[in-house]
Amino acid sequence: MNQFQYVRATKSQGAIDAVAKDPQAKFIAGGTNLVDLMKRGIMTPQKLVDINRLPLAKIERQDNGLRLGALALNSTVANDALVRQHQPLLALALNAGASPQLRNMATVGGNMLQRTRCSYFYDLTMPCNKREPGTGCGALEGINRMHAIFGASDKCIAVHPSDMSVALVALDATVLVSGSKGDRRIAFADFHRLPGDTPEKDTNLEAGELITAVDIPDGPFTKHVHYQKVRERASYAFALVSTAAALDLDGNTIKAARLAMGGVAHKPWRLTAAEQSLVGQPATEASFRRAAEVAMQGAKAFKHNAYKLKLGPNTIVQALRTAAAA
Amino acid sequence: MKAQQKQIGAPMNRVDGHLKVTGAAKYSAEYELPGLAYAVLVGSTITKGRLTSIDAKAAERAPGVLAVITHYNSPKVPGYDTAGKDPSQPATVGGPIKLFNDDKIRFNDQPIAVVVADTLERARYAARLVKAQYAKEAHQTNLEDNKPQAFLPTSAKKNPKSPMADYQRGQADAYKTGAIKIEGEYVIPTEVHHPMELQSITAHWEAPDRLTLYDKTQGTLATRRDFAKEWGLPEANVKVIATFVGGAFGNALHSWPHESAAIIAAKVVNRPVKLMLTREQMFTMVGYRPYTWQKLGMSATPDGKITAITHESIGQTSTYEEFTESTLAQTRMMYASPNLTTRYRLAALDIGSPIWMRGPGEATGAFALESAMDEMAHLLNLDPLEFRLRNYTDTDPEKNRPWSTKFLKECYKLGADRIGWNKRKLKPGSIRDGEWLVGYGMGVGTFGAHRGGAHASAQLRPDGTVLMQCATTDIGPGTGTAMTQIAADTLGIAPEKITFELGHSDYPQAGTQGGSSTVNSVGPAVQQACLALKDKLRELAGAQNPAFASAKKDDVALGDKHLSLSSNTAARVPYADLLKQAGAASVTVEAKPGNEGQQYSMYSFSVHFAEVRVHELTGEVRVSKLVSCADAGTIINEKTAANQMKGGAVGGIGMALMEHARIDDRFGRYVTKDLADYHVPVHADAPNIEVAFVNQPDLKVNALGTKGIGEIATIGVAPAIANAVFNATGKRVRELPITPDKLV
Repeated sequence: MNQFQYVRATKSQGAIDAVAKDPQAKFIAGGTNLVDLMKRGIMTPQKLVDINRLPLAKIERQDNGLRLGALALNSTVANDALVRQHQPLLALALNAGASPQLRNMATVGGNMLQRTRCSYFYDLTMPCNKREPGTGCGALEGINRMHAIFGASDKCIAVHPSDMSVALVALDATVLVSGSKGDRRIAFADFHRLPGDTPEKDTNLEAGELITAVDIPDGPFTKHVHYQKVRERASYAFALVSTAAALDLDGNTIKAARLAMGGVAHKPWRLTAAEQSLVGQPATEASFRRAAEVAMQGAKAFKHNAYKLKLGPNTIVQALRTAAAA
Repeated sequence: MKAQQKQIGAPMNRVDGHLKVTGAAKYSAEYELPGLAYAVLVGSTITKGRLTSIDAKAAERAPGVLAVITHYNSPKVPGYDTAGKDPSQPATVGGPIKLFNDDKIRFNDQPIAVVVADTLERARYAARLVKAQYAKEAHQTNLEDNKPQAFLPTSAKKNPKSPMADYQRGQADAYKTGAIKIEGEYVIPTEVHHPMELQSITAHWEAPDRLTLYDKTQGTLATRRDFAKEWGLPEANVKVIATFVGGAFGNALHSWPHESAAIIAAKVVNRPVKLMLTREQMFTMVGYRPYTWQKLGMSATPDGKITAITHESIGQTSTYEEFTESTLAQTRMMYASPNLTTRYRLAALDIGSPIWMRGPGEATGAFALESAMDEMAHLLNLDPLEFRLRNYTDTDPEKNRPWSTKFLKECYKLGADRIGWNKRKLKPGSIRDGEWLVGYGMGVGTFGAHRGGAHASAQLRPDGTVLMQCATTDIGPGTGTAMTQIAADTLGIAPEKITFELGHSDYPQAGTQGGSSTVNSVGPAVQQACLALKDKLRELAGAQNPAFASAKKDDVALGDKHLSLSSNTAARVPYADLLKQAGAASVTVEAKPGNEGQQYSMYSFSVHFAEVRVHELTGEVRVSKLVSCADAGTIINEKTAANQMKGGAVGGIGMALMEHARIDDRFGRYVTKDLADYHVPVHADAPNIEVAFVNQPDLKVNALGTKGIGEIATIGVAPAIANAVFNATGKRVRELPITPDKLV
């Protein structure tokens, strides 16, 4: 591992200043991804600003929703009574991710900022525009069975690995950030980016901006929710495809729906057209199947991930089925 | 005297269990020797070609760096010149990489330099600073592309009777003319052993010609032999210590480049050097189960008698070593087919050498054979168990010899009852549990009941305890525990009074722990050493008490503080007196197999029954129940043996459903680099695994009646699961692993 400087921040402003003025500096919280990347030489920050002591770990009720502090642990959020009561979908998504040990270290902010698990990103000797812009995309013509079917570019076809973010984008969450130019709010759907020509940028955070919290508005999705994650073993694996589904049912009629997918794009992939197709429809297999077809419009497969064109809609159907029955 | 409880068969706890769970057991990377330095390997980033330069200046100048060793500055390793030329050793084809000996790159991540520093972190940092230039050549890493170049192994060319040679009984390829026939191609991709303990070594030159290695190895003597030869030293000058081995599954059956690197590094810096591979390096340089293509054709009569089988395979090897394994062995002897053809071939690729991985080739071959059995049974509309019974053979059809013992039918019965085989429907897709399709499948495994010669020593200590030693290793099955039980029964004393030491090359000689042979080989040595010790004690006691001199050999009884006679408990000689006069009471014996192996075909057998659930929409497969039954001869320890069976079954679940090391052939590099990409089963993937043993002794193998468990625990599991998936879905997956993308 490279030599680096380590400082522990006690005030948010100090942490932000330290990172804003030094392009080689990074925030560190749980470190479950960053430390791995540093050990492999994929990220080589010269300074780490430890934000774990900042008072950003609270989970609280707001007027119309929940506020998750950026430093709240994944395990804490998943087990929190308020979260389980108001946003059970989020708890399900969190528990589908990683392992208990990792969830005990990983934070809300850090989970959103996970880098892709694309093998080419992880190998310093292989081309990767995300790791080293201009070197090409190794996955495009390589082994791409885990890769994107939506929103990819010829520069990058990687997917975002977070489960939590799939639920948050479905639930219309908002990200609160603080920077040297002040505070701002970013709609969750606008937080992560598509790769385009700049796959090195995962998110729309500006240099030195610190995630302080995530707001989730109250909604009717407290009962009929499900997070369906399809993976190659029963636990502790990244999704081949996942779906966060939430339904508001009046009898058997769908009043409102939320749908998002993981493992299919460079960002958590919200399916608004599919949601709309469900509104007013009966909660039946036929409705779910139609929504899944709508969801898959525009999907494009590469050499090894064509299975996602079939697994994707099936996963949506399964998520909706289970949510409706919940 | 209180009669001792019979230990053989008892579910005794592991003698080293406490040491292991408390962290007191010391593994090869845990020896903190004075002046210890740390080594990190730098790997080639090309797959084939030549090194044209290495720039090590920045690394050499980095803080704490003691040396950067490459082929430009490596000391001459004396054995490299004579490697493979020893007339006393069996002829081999090629040999391990001669590290830092030339500029040639034979596989990606081949070590091109080793960086030695005063701390691990500094060595790791400096290793990143080493820059190499290469002259690249075109490489081959894809077996499918190289099938046309596949060749007969040299061992088969030299010896037509070699098990690797083409085999035929009856008519060649007779299945092709059968009225009822099937034919299919099967693939098992590269799998990597990935024991929990990473490959590691601490090398210490205690004198310029005396080398001590704390090494992760399955054979202390094999490792001693290899490195004594490499350095031109008498074997007595090399000590190999492997007291504890944190799993291996076969990947410590060979000597690897990192071991050579640590030894060279220790020589250069003149300090003990520790080297532990990274998980990423575990993919590239310490072996793997080779990618293997197979084709199997079978014909049968309408009433379910197999008339012919042809089984061909092409396995992957490296360009510098010919690795072979018994992929086709089970096909030749398992079913009574009058016509049978096997052809084994190799394809040499620019990848590191493979090495046996648990169940080795037999597990690969059983996937094809046992899948085909299921397919033929389906075609004949027969229950697959009934189909196997109709082709059961009471003698070995390959060698035309009687079996030493074979209780496979008993295994079938035990397993079928436990899984509830009668619930299975002939028609696939017949059983549902909500959204899950339920299916049942079976797979059979067999492996030779191998036995080699082994030595063991036994020494009585004045307090009445017994110290036993043997150079064998314990990679996890509980060897020390089983040996303690054998010794306890033979000596008639409590197991707590016995200390069994292993994993040291100075101890009495024994073979490598591999091929399910340890209990078969070392067990008899322990038993005979204990008998010899008893007789020696009788003899020594005879000098003090004439009753002992005239007593029968097996009449001697070891009491708490004295020796006595079972027939005459009044005859007593205290151990203290006995040892005072004799000085010491110790024996070393060798136990060797006789010629039973020429008269009988000796095999362990297993059958695995799987119940799986396949999700109708997502294609996820869950093994909901697994039953493994074994005819492995006498079971020495019911608990550790069942544990070993369960571990092997979990390995089989990995093989069936998830293990797959993938290479991007454009670069010749693995894209699966860690345990996040390369999936092995987690606890949630392992159902309740029921184990049952026939537990009938095979006295042709040895006096204990053991046949071996390690391999048959895995062989046959993958096809049992694949067959259950077929029964659940009607989909026959012939290319492992069965991931959701193949079923959706």
